[in-house]
Amino acid sequence: MPEPILQMTGLNAHYGDFQALYGVDMHVGGGEVLAIIGANGAGKTTLMRSITGLITNGPGQIQFKGRDIGGLRGDQVAETGLAMVPEGRQLFASLTVEENLLIGAQTGRKGPWSLGAVFKLFPILKERRAVPSTALSGGQQQMVAIGRALMSNPELILFDEISLGLAPIIIKDIYDALPGIIGDGMSAIIVEQDISKALSVSSRVYCLQEGRVSLEGASDTVPREDISRAYFGIE
Amino acid sequence: MEWLNALVQGTLLGGLYALFAAGLSLIFGVMRLVNIAHGDLIVLAAYLGLTVTSAIGLHPVVAMVLVVPAMAMIGYALQRGLLNQTLGDDLLPPLLVTFGLSVILQNGLLEVYSADPQKLSAPVLETASLPLGPITVGVLPVLTFAIAVAVIWGLQWTFYKTALGRAFRAVSDNQDIAQLMGLNKRHIFGLAMALALAVTAVAGILLGLRTSFDPASGGGRLIFGFEAVIIGGLGNLWGTLAGGVILGVAQTIGAKIDPGWQVLSGHIAFLVILAIRPQGLFPRMSG
Ligand SMILES: Nc1ncnc2c1ncn2[C@@H]1O[C@H](COP(=O)(O)OP(=O)(O)OP(=O)(O)O)[C@@H](O)[C@H]1O
Ligand SMILES: [Mg+2]
Repeated sequence: MPEPILQMTGLNAHYGDFQALYGVDMHVGGGEVLAIIGANGAGKTTLMRSITGLITNGPGQIQFKGRDIGGLRGDQVAETGLAMVPEGRQLFASLTVEENLLIGAQTGRKGPWSLGAVFKLFPILKERRAVPSTALSGGQQQMVAIGRALMSNPELILFDEISLGLAPIIIKDIYDALPGIIGDGMSAIIVEQDISKALSVSSRVYCLQEGRVSLEGASDTVPREDISRAYFGIE
Repeated sequence: MEWLNALVQGTLLGGLYALFAAGLSLIFGVMRLVNIAHGDLIVLAAYLGLTVTSAIGLHPVVAMVLVVPAMAMIGYALQRGLLNQTLGDDLLPPLLVTFGLSVILQNGLLEVYSADPQKLSAPVLETASLPLGPITVGVLPVLTFAIAVAVIWGLQWTFYKTALGRAFRAVSDNQDIAQLMGLNKRHIFGLAMALALAVTAVAGILLGLRTSFDPASGGGRLIFGFEAVIIGGLGNLWGTLAGGVILGVAQTIGAKIDPGWQVLSGHIAFLVILAIRPQGLFPRMSG
């Protein structure tokens, strides 16, 4: 097991008085693809928002490359090499496709990803580079969201429900493209409702239930009945 | 002929109103902040112009070289030091704080410069005029209008063609996700306010050249700017120019009918347009 690139220790997260995460312990190894599953409202998105600095957390709760990032702002976290493809895509509506991608490069981090590389991965985006991002189909918008995250040349990339609301054929296309994205040493966390999809692309899996880790295991060996129990909380 | 004259003078006056409005429109567009102190900041710029011209003896137009960056710095500091703290889901705190700022500015100006009306003087520029077909127009109003067009064009270009403009639009669309892209929204807001107050500096100096001003002049400028923004349609800078022109023309035509009607007829034009097209004449469109 290589040094973890991301380590969460007793992570708590709150929305006002409401506590959404309770003492979550989790880690992602360098170059590893991790899956996180869990029912609606389990706290998956909250976890992603905590990691990326959109929700601030207590000191020592999140370590990225050995550095405490729990108290950093989102833009500071982005500069350390962490990027997210957010739930629901959330493109910038008044920016064109190309501008959405360019703004992903705002951190100025060097690496293999550039406008050209993203256009090579998703050629349709090159064709549609000048149109407003809102004019694209759902699948194409998801490509922009992925490309935008890649443009910052992250070391760890988070995908929050990339298949949400997309047609099965499009979901397949996007999952087919994933190995080419995560291939070169990048680590990834994939949040997914579709459990078999999540298990097929990852090496390890965590299940969240009501803000707590209810299961941790290797994706190819974890028994299905354990997952059902951890997912739905049925004893 | 007199009506044509009123129309042309009103159009040129509209350039000044568009300059009052542009900064207001910009900061509302980027950060949903309604700045009640905007008019007082215009007057502050006029006073800074007065200080620079009287202390160093610069021509007021040249004084912009100092006043514009000074106001931009004030804008950045004001945003980072005070206004960022008021921004959130609730629209009320920024309204209250900028209202307070307005009161503070007026009283501060009163303290420093007294209540006596002042004017920026540029003897040649103020009186020079040009024949324009059958009518005669002042060089200053023409210059003001030309500057307004240039400023609006420059803002439009910044918004749609530069990385800074892209950042402004991204933060305006979705603050959280913009943050994930490495944009510090507090800094971006600071830059937006700096740009807005740079425009305000130009507006303040042109105002001071055109009419006399005193520490209480800000409220009226705020209203004119606000009306021009709404007439033109929020989030459209060329619309803001059109709004300024409509307001200016309404005022000069009103004044033509009866001098006492100048300001009132501007307000009436505003209300009529608001009633017919609440979204303004040219609501948000890009490019
Ligand atoms: N902005 C918010 N304010 C208050 N509570 C919130 C907020 N966002 C989420 N919650 C609550 O936090 C809990 C976890 O929500 P979260 O969005 O993290 O779940 P999730 O696992 O991502 O669910 P989904 O599968 O529906 O995306 C839920 O109970 C939710 O109601
Ligand atoms: Mg979610």
